[in-house]
Amino acid sequence: MKNTSRQKNNKNQVGFSDKFQAYLHIHAHALFSSLGRLFRNAFSSVMTIIVMAIAISLAAGFYVLLLNLQQVTGGIESSNQISLFLKTSVSEKSGQQLSNKINSNEKVESVLLISKSQALKEFKEYSGFGNVLNVLDSNPLPTVIQVLPKNTLDDLLSVEKLMAEFERMPQVDFAQLDMQWVKRLQSMMQIMQRAGLLLAVLLGFAVLFITGNSIRLELQNRRDEVLVAKLVGATHSFIQRPFLYTGFWLGFGAGFVAWLMVTCMTLVLHGPVERLSIQYDRAFGITYIGVADTLVMIGLASLLGVFGAWIVLRHQLAQIKPE
Amino acid sequence: MLKFDHVSKRYPDAGDALLDVSFHLKQGEMSFLTGHSGAGKSTLLKLVAMMELCTRGHVLLDGQNLSKISDKQVPFVRRKLGLIFQDNKLLYDRTVFDNVALPLVVSGYGYNEISRRVRAALDKVGLLKKEKKYPLTLSGGEQQRVGIARAVVNKPKLILADEPTGNLDPELSAEVMHLFEQFQQVGVTVLIASHDLELVSQMGHRVLTLGHGQLLASE
Repeated sequence: MKNTSRQKNNKNQVGFSDKFQAYLHIHAHALFSSLGRLFRNAFSSVMTIIVMAIAISLAAGFYVLLLNLQQVTGGIESSNQISLFLKTSVSEKSGQQLSNKINSNEKVESVLLISKSQALKEFKEYSGFGNVLNVLDSNPLPTVIQVLPKNTLDDLLSVEKLMAEFERMPQVDFAQLDMQWVKRLQSMMQIMQRAGLLLAVLLGFAVLFITGNSIRLELQNRRDEVLVAKLVGATHSFIQRPFLYTGFWLGFGAGFVAWLMVTCMTLVLHGPVERLSIQYDRAFGITYIGVADTLVMIGLASLLGVFGAWIVLRHQLAQIKPE
Repeated sequence: MLKFDHVSKRYPDAGDALLDVSFHLKQGEMSFLTGHSGAGKSTLLKLVAMMELCTRGHVLLDGQNLSKISDKQVPFVRRKLGLIFQDNKLLYDRTVFDNVALPLVVSGYGYNEISRRVRAALDKVGLLKKEKKYPLTLSGGEQQRVGIARAVVNKPKLILADEPTGNLDPELSAEVMHLFEQFQQVGVTVLIASHDLELVSQMGHRVLTLGHGQLLASE
C-alpha cells in the first residue's frame, strides 16, 4: 500500500517535470520559430525593422545631441559675474582707476581688468579673425572690468541693484550680468530636454503602432492556423505566444539597428566637432551613446514591440472565431 | 455523455436553425445525424463544439452545461472533443506528424509523449509511413484520415464528424466509417453528420433525423 502510493507520487512528479519541460519547450519553440518566420519573410521584416529603427534613432539621436550639449554647457558655472564695458573714449589709466575704485566697494569680492590691448590679443588668438582686425586702424574693443560680487549677494535682485549702480557711472557704456545668459542657456536646455522627452514619447507610439500593424498582418496571414489551433483547444495565451515573441524580435532588432544608426551618425559628426573643439582649446569632445543607454534603448524597444503586439492580439484574436 | 435538453438556436437574420431539440447520447454510442441541407446538422454540431451558443434550452457535455462555460474555459471543453471536418482543416505548411501533434502541443504534452501518441494515432489510420509527408502530397482519403488521426490523438470522449465522407468515393467512405466503428468499440462516443442516407442505413447505428430545425426521428 505504501509502495503503491509512493509509486503514484513518483509518477505525478514525473508528470509535473514533463509538463514543465514541455512548457519550456513551447516557449523556446515560440522564441525561435518566430525568429525563423521573420527570417523567412526577410524582406518585409527588414523593412519593418528599419522603419522602427529610424523612429527610435530619431529619439536616441536627439538624446545624444542633448548629452553633447550638456557636456559643453555643463562646464560653464553659473556665476554672478558682472561685466562692465567701458566707453571707448575712456583711457587705460582712468580705466585702471575705476577698477580700483570698484574693488574698494564693500559688496565686491574681486575685479579683473581686461585692457583694450589685452582684449585685442585674446580676440586675435581665439576668434580666428585676427587678419580682419589687422586691417582696422584703431582697436575697436572696449576696456572691460569683470566684477565678482561678494557671495552674500546671492540673490539676483541685489546683484542687479549693484549692476545698476555701476551702470550709472559715467565711464561705463553698459553692464552685463553673465549669470543671465547662463540662466537663459539652462532654461533653453530644459526646454530641449522636455522637447526631447515629448519626441521620444511620440516616436515610442510610432514604434508601438508599427509593431502592432505588422503583427496584425501576420495574424491575417496565419488566420487558418489560429482557427485550427482554437478548434483543437488552444488557449489564447498559447496562440498569442509566438506573436508576442515576433513583437519582441522586431523591437529588439529595431533597437539594435537604431544603435548602429546613432553610432554611425555620431561617427560622421566626430571630425567636424573635433575641428570645432580645437578652436575652443579642446574644451569639449563628442560623446557617443553609452553602453547603459544602449541597453536601455534596446530593452525599451523590445518592450514596446511586445506591448504593441499584445494590444493588437488582445483586440484581434477574439475576432477570429471558427465558423 | 451528450444531452440536448429542449435546445433552440435562432439566428437574428436567418430565423430558427434548431427548434426544441432533445436527445441523449450515451457513452460509447455511435449515431448518425441526417437531414436535408439546411436542416440544422451543422448548427447542432457547432453548439457542441462551442462555436455557437444555443438561445434556449441546455446542452450538457459530460455533465457540463455548455451555456455556463466562460470564454476562458472553452479551450478545455474542446480538448474533450475530436472534431472532423468535411474540408479536413489541415495545415498545409506542416507535415502530417505536426498536424496530428497539434492538439497535444496546445495541451502542453512533452515531446516523448507527443511522439508516442502521434505514432499510435497514425498507425491506427494506417498512415504511419507518411508522417514526414506534407498533406498536399496525399490523396483525399489519406488527408481525411490525417484529420481523423488528429481528432483522436488527444483520446477524446466524443468524436464529432461533419460530413467526413463528403468528398470521398463510396469505397473510401466505407473505410472511414469502419474506422469510426473501431473507436466506438473502445468506448468513444461518436456523432457523425451525413446526408449519405444509403451509407448511414448500411451501417445500422442509431440515426437522428433533422428537418427544418426539428428532430423528426431518433431511432
